[in-house]
Amino acid sequence: MTDPTIDQPITRKPDFSATHLRKRYRAEARFKFYGVAAIFAALAMLAILLGSIISTGSSAFTQTEIALDIKLDAAKIDPDGTRDPESLARANYRTIVRDAMRAQFPEVSGRRDLRKLYKLVSTGSDFTLRQIVEADPALIGTTQTIWFKSSADLDQLNKGAIPRDVPEGDRRVNDAQITWFDALSDDGRTRRSFNTTFFTSGDSREPEQAGVWGAVVGTMLTLFVTLVLSFPIGVMSAVYLEEFAPKNRWTDLIEVNINNLAAVPSIVFGLLGLAVFLNFFGLPRSAPLVGGLVLALMTLPTVIIAGRAALQSVPPSIREAALGVGASPLQTVSHHVLPLAMPGILTGTIIGMARALGETAPLLMIGMVAFIVDIPRGFTDAATVLPVQVFLWADAPERAFVERTSAAIMVLLAFLILMNLAAVLLRRKFERRW
Amino acid sequence: MTEAIYVEGTVRPDEESVTGMSEAIETDTTETETAPFPTKVKANNVDAFYAEKQALFGVSLDVPENQVTALIGPSGCGKSTFLRCINRMNDTIPICRVTGDITIDEQDIYDPAIDVVQLRARVGMVFQKPNPFPKSIYENVAYGPRIHGMAQGKADIDDLVESSLQRAGLWNEVKDRLGESGTSLSGGQQQRLCIARAIAVNPDVILMDEPCSALDPIATARIEELMDELRQNYTIVIVTHSMQQAARVSQRTAFFHLGYLVESGATEMIFTNPEDTRTQDYITGRFG
Repeated sequence: MTDPTIDQPITRKPDFSATHLRKRYRAEARFKFYGVAAIFAALAMLAILLGSIISTGSSAFTQTEIALDIKLDAAKIDPDGTRDPESLARANYRTIVRDAMRAQFPEVSGRRDLRKLYKLVSTGSDFTLRQIVEADPALIGTTQTIWFKSSADLDQLNKGAIPRDVPEGDRRVNDAQITWFDALSDDGRTRRSFNTTFFTSGDSREPEQAGVWGAVVGTMLTLFVTLVLSFPIGVMSAVYLEEFAPKNRWTDLIEVNINNLAAVPSIVFGLLGLAVFLNFFGLPRSAPLVGGLVLALMTLPTVIIAGRAALQSVPPSIREAALGVGASPLQTVSHHVLPLAMPGILTGTIIGMARALGETAPLLMIGMVAFIVDIPRGFTDAATVLPVQVFLWADAPERAFVERTSAAIMVLLAFLILMNLAAVLLRRKFERRW
Repeated sequence: MTEAIYVEGTVRPDEESVTGMSEAIETDTTETETAPFPTKVKANNVDAFYAEKQALFGVSLDVPENQVTALIGPSGCGKSTFLRCINRMNDTIPICRVTGDITIDEQDIYDPAIDVVQLRARVGMVFQKPNPFPKSIYENVAYGPRIHGMAQGKADIDDLVESSLQRAGLWNEVKDRLGESGTSLSGGQQQRLCIARAIAVNPDVILMDEPCSALDPIATARIEELMDELRQNYTIVIVTHSMQQAARVSQRTAFFHLGYLVESGATEMIFTNPEDTRTQDYITGRFG
């Protein structure tokens, strides 16, 4: 503080003035405001996202149905009277449904008008009727009031998605169909009920018959393969690299490569899967097995990195304590270090799995983008996954698929929330304080 | 002998003179060792390196059985490094290298045929900071006996846990809450739990690395009492920063400085009549 030329030392005092204080308080208040504003901005965007998805998609959870009086004529369904399941399956239910439609609107005639009339109900109605009859053959010979799904276009009309006030040529339903539908409504023959089909069936060209269950099962099978492969391999790699491997140039090289792999675009993994699993090993196309393999490759670096970070965060004193009482290195890791690192490893795994759950691009490369109607029954069946289903439906021209796309996104988000919930519960179970 | 020490005292010693000095000390110990305590741990010309940096220079020290041997010296003098050589804890540090001979009961512990896990079961260790496992008190003590197959059934383990906690002077405080986490205890109790954990595997030697530095004076006093009791059955080597503690608990003291063992001998000798000026300076508080 002393200058050689000045003998008096200069004393500098801290600035305790009110202006200085006010300035500091203002800066702090400003900082707090920015933080709160940022959080509100993030929440607002989340709300907009969820709001638009829910407002578009929630109508997909209901389906318009039309009641028809079906005459289950024994001569048409079971002419032999044997009630043999095979002959029941062979009967022409389509004409029965059509007869019922004509009976409902006897004034309609002419091929074109009749075709329009038949289009009021879903093309899957004959199948619905067949199932009802097969479930209860005693109904044959009676007349039943049965609810059938309306066609997707009428469903959209009923939900207000197709406007009535535009010229006839601009909408998918014509005036006659609207009149018939209104007549049915006035008669109490229409209703909106919960759309179970959406949750129980696979994809379909007809929106009213399309569902996400095929994609949900495909997702579960694929993620199961991913988890079973990436978790043990990832944890073992992390444990070996962190606890046992000598620290030398080779392990450095491996570490750098793992970190790089975590940043590789997912489509590259898809191409790799295509080249290796499909073309070289000849595994089936579109299969959850291959999808799971590709996603496991993609998830592995994440699991390894998270695992190593979790192992590093275990205090060294625990290792010393265990080694000090004569535990072998393996006992030290398996009895003490790994259990303490488990919550962190699980968090990393779930983050990797969540990323795998939302992944579309690599699965396109291995053919999981195909139109698949059947629910997959095993790891080698053709299947698709939820995000790919969303992608497919978003591409479909029918208006009814717009709401189904949003509904599928909701299912995907629900899946994600369930997975995160499982992670939180698992973590809480393993968590220990020290 | 006096000649050698004169040389040491004036200049920072080089290798040769240290070897001379350690020989001198060896003769010293053999002369003074009239007590009926046979040598348990014998270190001969031990060097330790962290990568290129040498941390121990030709340390030779005899640790007698059923005695408390205190290692004192200023920070960074290598006393902890030496302690960790005795149970080969330094093996866990990849860059650390140890040369020279250390024998326990005349068995070379750096012999490749020696199983380091068994060695660590024979040489227990208590660390500077209490480090109980984040498990129950019972599990903390039972862990060692379990992995070493020391007990057949639950009853055996129960006995071992009780006797170990009793010998560590902790039984009465924790007997009603053995299921609680070891980390829920106070610092002094945690350290005694760590001692119980170490003696549960019935080691020959117990190494203590500044066991009281994180504890208050009352807890320290308890641990010191405990050391005096444990000495009946175990050989104890303790690293301490507190010269008072060394004077209170130990029978033998070794003074380390800059990686060299400067002087070792009976505690009263070191504290009342040290032969080396550096020892004198240190214990009178002139440095360190």
